[in-house]
Amino acid sequence: MKWRSLLIGGLLSATFLLAAALSFFWTPHDVETLNIAGRLKPPTLSNWLGTDHFGRDILSMIMVGARTSIAVALVAVGIGMGLGVPLGLAAAAQSGGVLDEVISRGNDLVFAFPSLVIAILITAVFGAGAVNAIIAIGIFNIPVFARLTRGAALSLWTRDFILAARVAGKGRARISLEHILPNVANLLIVQGTIQFSLGILAEAGLSYVGLGAQPPVPSWGRMLADAQTMVALAPHVALMPGLAIVLMVLGLNLLGDGFRDWLDPRLRVVRT
Amino acid sequence: MSLLHIRALQLAIHGTPILKGISLDIAPGEILALTGESGSGKSMTAFATLGLLPQGSLAGGEIRLQGTELLRLTDAQMCQLRGNEIGMIFQEPMTALNPVQTIGDQVAETILIHGAATRDQAMKRARDVLRRVGLPEERFPVTRFPHELSGGQRQRVVIAMAIALQPKLLIADEPTTALDVTTQAQILDLLKSLVKADHMGLMMITHDLAVVSDMADRIVVMQHGNIVEQGPTQTLFRTMQHPYTRALFAASTHRVNLPSPKSRPEPIVQVCDAVRDYPLKKRLFQPRRYARAVNRVSLTIHQGERLGLVGESGCGKSTLTRAMLGLEPLQGGEIKAFGQRVGPGMPNGLRSGMQVVFQDPYGSFNPRWKVGRLIAEPFHLMADPPRGGALTDRIAESLENVGLQPTDADKYIHAFSGGQRQRIAIARALITNPDLIIFDEAVSALDVRVRAQILDLIADLSRRLDLAYLFISHDLTVVREITDRVLVMQAGEIVEEGPTEAVLNTPQHRYTQQLIAAAPRLPDLTTGDPDAAASDL
Amino acid sequence: MLRYALKKVVSLAISLIIASVVIFGVVEVAPGDPASYMLGINAQPDTVAALRAELGLDQSRWQRYLAWVCGMVTGDFGISYTYRASVGGMIGDRLWISLPLALYALTLSTIIAFPAGLYAASRRGKPGDVVVMGATQLGVAVPNFWFAMMLVLIFAITLRWFGAGGFPGWEKGLFAGMKALTLPAVALALPQAAILTRVMRSSLLDILGEDFMRTARAKGLSQRQAIWRHGLRNALIPVLTIVGLQFSFLLAGGIIIEQVFFLPGLGRLVFQAITQRDLIVVESVVMLLVFAVIFVNFLVDLAYAAVDPRLRSRA
Repeated sequence: MKWRSLLIGGLLSATFLLAAALSFFWTPHDVETLNIAGRLKPPTLSNWLGTDHFGRDILSMIMVGARTSIAVALVAVGIGMGLGVPLGLAAAAQSGGVLDEVISRGNDLVFAFPSLVIAILITAVFGAGAVNAIIAIGIFNIPVFARLTRGAALSLWTRDFILAARVAGKGRARISLEHILPNVANLLIVQGTIQFSLGILAEAGLSYVGLGAQPPVPSWGRMLADAQTMVALAPHVALMPGLAIVLMVLGLNLLGDGFRDWLDPRLRVVRT
Repeated sequence: MSLLHIRALQLAIHGTPILKGISLDIAPGEILALTGESGSGKSMTAFATLGLLPQGSLAGGEIRLQGTELLRLTDAQMCQLRGNEIGMIFQEPMTALNPVQTIGDQVAETILIHGAATRDQAMKRARDVLRRVGLPEERFPVTRFPHELSGGQRQRVVIAMAIALQPKLLIADEPTTALDVTTQAQILDLLKSLVKADHMGLMMITHDLAVVSDMADRIVVMQHGNIVEQGPTQTLFRTMQHPYTRALFAASTHRVNLPSPKSRPEPIVQVCDAVRDYPLKKRLFQPRRYARAVNRVSLTIHQGERLGLVGESGCGKSTLTRAMLGLEPLQGGEIKAFGQRVGPGMPNGLRSGMQVVFQDPYGSFNPRWKVGRLIAEPFHLMADPPRGGALTDRIAESLENVGLQPTDADKYIHAFSGGQRQRIAIARALITNPDLIIFDEAVSALDVRVRAQILDLIADLSRRLDLAYLFISHDLTVVREITDRVLVMQAGEIVEEGPTEAVLNTPQHRYTQQLIAAAPRLPDLTTGDPDAAASDL
Repeated sequence: MLRYALKKVVSLAISLIIASVVIFGVVEVAPGDPASYMLGINAQPDTVAALRAELGLDQSRWQRYLAWVCGMVTGDFGISYTYRASVGGMIGDRLWISLPLALYALTLSTIIAFPAGLYAASRRGKPGDVVVMGATQLGVAVPNFWFAMMLVLIFAITLRWFGAGGFPGWEKGLFAGMKALTLPAVALALPQAAILTRVMRSSLLDILGEDFMRTARAKGLSQRQAIWRHGLRNALIPVLTIVGLQFSFLLAGGIIIEQVFFLPGLGRLVFQAITQRDLIVVESVVMLLVFAVIFVNFLVDLAYAAVDPRLRSRA
């Protein structure tokens, strides 16, 4: 029971990661070969998930598309953690100071621009593409991690073991690294998994409206956009990539819950 | 006929036995004290009586209130009794009240929920009850919210809610543990007078024998879910048949064998007119305001001296500690240690001369570090800290100094009990061979028997090492045992100082006198007359 | 209370100013000259210069920023580069679809989540709780635009209960308008309701463990009475935060959902503007969205104070 979330979540996530890795070497069919004669085929033995409007194998497209989704989401989480965690640690270390005020206000400001609005602004100015999608999602991840780290660190700073470290002559930066960071690590792992799943969703949304990865790079969101006009004709073309997103996100969420139950059930993550 | 009649009460939570056959009676107008160390099952006895056991509980035996078997009642029937026939007072007044509802509404709710009055009548009765518990409407309007009251005042509101319908039985679970001694004395007096006036039965749960010794009619001593001894208060104190009762009593009145003073005239720390202000939250369009936590405090600690600092919560003693450790800057005056000025920028070498032991054994250690690394942390202060084998030796030596094993260095902190953790905290403080250790309420969170052991350890260290300490506490009994000289602090100022015996026996300042009068005390058995509550503390 | 509100108004104003500077700044660094873009590559230099003057592009950055901000305050959002029409008018028309859609979805999400969260919390660990939590786990994982496509497939194409997209206009009556917005609102609301249900549940469970809930039970309140009288209002404080955040997600998420249902809302406007590099439209729509988000957060702050007396006196 306790391990169920971790197990199911881990299996689902691992399946997609492996499929994405495998697609670099092998896919059931070539995703660049068009076969108009065999288009919009429902699932068969040779095309397990059917074919799209150009006759491409949907399973192969999903495998290659997983690369884009995972890469964008992973780098975006990396940006969020890499910048957000140090900012949060610094803000908590100088609680009430100018730095804390600036970081907190900055957080509020970024939160006022939902990731999609940031993406619109960036693509409008710099053009659409995977890199700009990463930046848009990544920027939005920064305040999430900064806020989480600051909150958890602030309550740690009131603990006596921090006072003991200060009596031992340690500076705020050193205490942040030696005492605070290891104690917020669990929280960051759990939140990181959740943000990863939100990144997958955000990337799908952006590429659906054409602001994400550009052709010919396959992506789940654009597969859905292409399928939209044919949804009455061939529902499976829209169904399959959508299910891929759902299963991947569900897997990551379960993995996050599983991590939390395993590491510390009292951890609080934010999910918006 | 007894009011409350408990027979062979058993309780298991998720299969773990908590109570193993409790039998006791409370008569109308009687005060029964339920005492024992943490985990003895005393609170669970109360919650079983109230029918508010945690999920997964299985209770057996019988609990009768005026003949009614409570364990067989449905929750709806219990709801009729709770607040009406049985009132309950909790330990933590800061969290026991709903923060978003006025105190008047919360007291009136007890009356309304039992359909005893209309809204207007209930509010009027709420005002009367609040006046009864010492919160007259002129000074404490019923429209106040809990956060606008102090801890003692909140506890009065909780009492008002419990007695609003004049229940037959009142249960108080550690009602004064979270309060200062002077507030504690007032709340105990209030409870006593209410019980007497309304002829209620009171089940009073406390870990502190002294609190109940001059209040309870009878005492029940519990250990590991069993009653080890019960009887009328005076008889029980006189006979003390069970060894556990004797151990508990001995620990509460523990005499520490303190070596004779070896204080020398050279001062190591001098605090001179120290002032410490805290900025209050800034209000818009107003200059920032400050709260003065420490106001022109002067004191000197000499080499090898054992100095006590007594005061209630919020008097500024912890703030003073942080300033003396050079963690926070002063706004006036100065602090010198070993002739050098103390402050946030002071050199590490100076810091290594002063170390500290905190109150909370659970918050004092980074849970992700092993004990060896934890106690070696102050080596950061040394220019040339020991490494490799020398480091291991120093850690082992330090652990042995406080009665632990060298192998304990490889364990994580969660493997240790509260008392062992305080030993580890002392080991950490000792590792740099400091001249001064500050004990900040270092034994306040411990059970009596563990507390006695830690006090003995401190006395032992004082005998073996050339060590001065500043022992900060709210507990006069402990300060008397462990110090030679004492300072009394009130509202940021030192109001009295002198040799411990002299100050505590013949206090000069009004505040010291109040503190000593309010402190609960155990009957002095050495005089052979338990009725004569010991005049000395 | 007044002091608290005043403080929040000041912080609202500061947030808006900073946001406008950021948006203006980002658009400023955009490569390319709108005037030459509008007139095409064959335009005469003096025609471009004339257009630049007409659009105010020859003025300094500061002047243009001030003109932009002052214009917005008075309701004048400038002239669209592509359509040569008032941006304010264009936005006004579209807003009457996007805003009702977001509010509709927010209402649905709240109506679903409150009882569901309450139910799950009161059945903690029992089958009812497990079912609700399983459903929310799924709801959190579903992308709303895909969910929208599936709704179209089922309710519009297969069952024919609703139209597959488009908007008849409010002049065709409230019912026709609401009907056209129903599927989009459901698509937006359900995933958000899943999140809100989880927050509601965990917030209530936290409150159930509070000391004052035990005090309420000791007074003679039943578990249900204790939750209604003492639990809900305290549990509402974290829930309010999420409701406020959700509004911004619904407004922004609506932009994508509008694409699925071919609704002529802000989303359509902004994507057309992006393809045509009509930056002044993008700039104004983004500013409007950010204003809506900041303003809703301001309202949430005021709601906090109404719920929690500690905030009223502390500020």
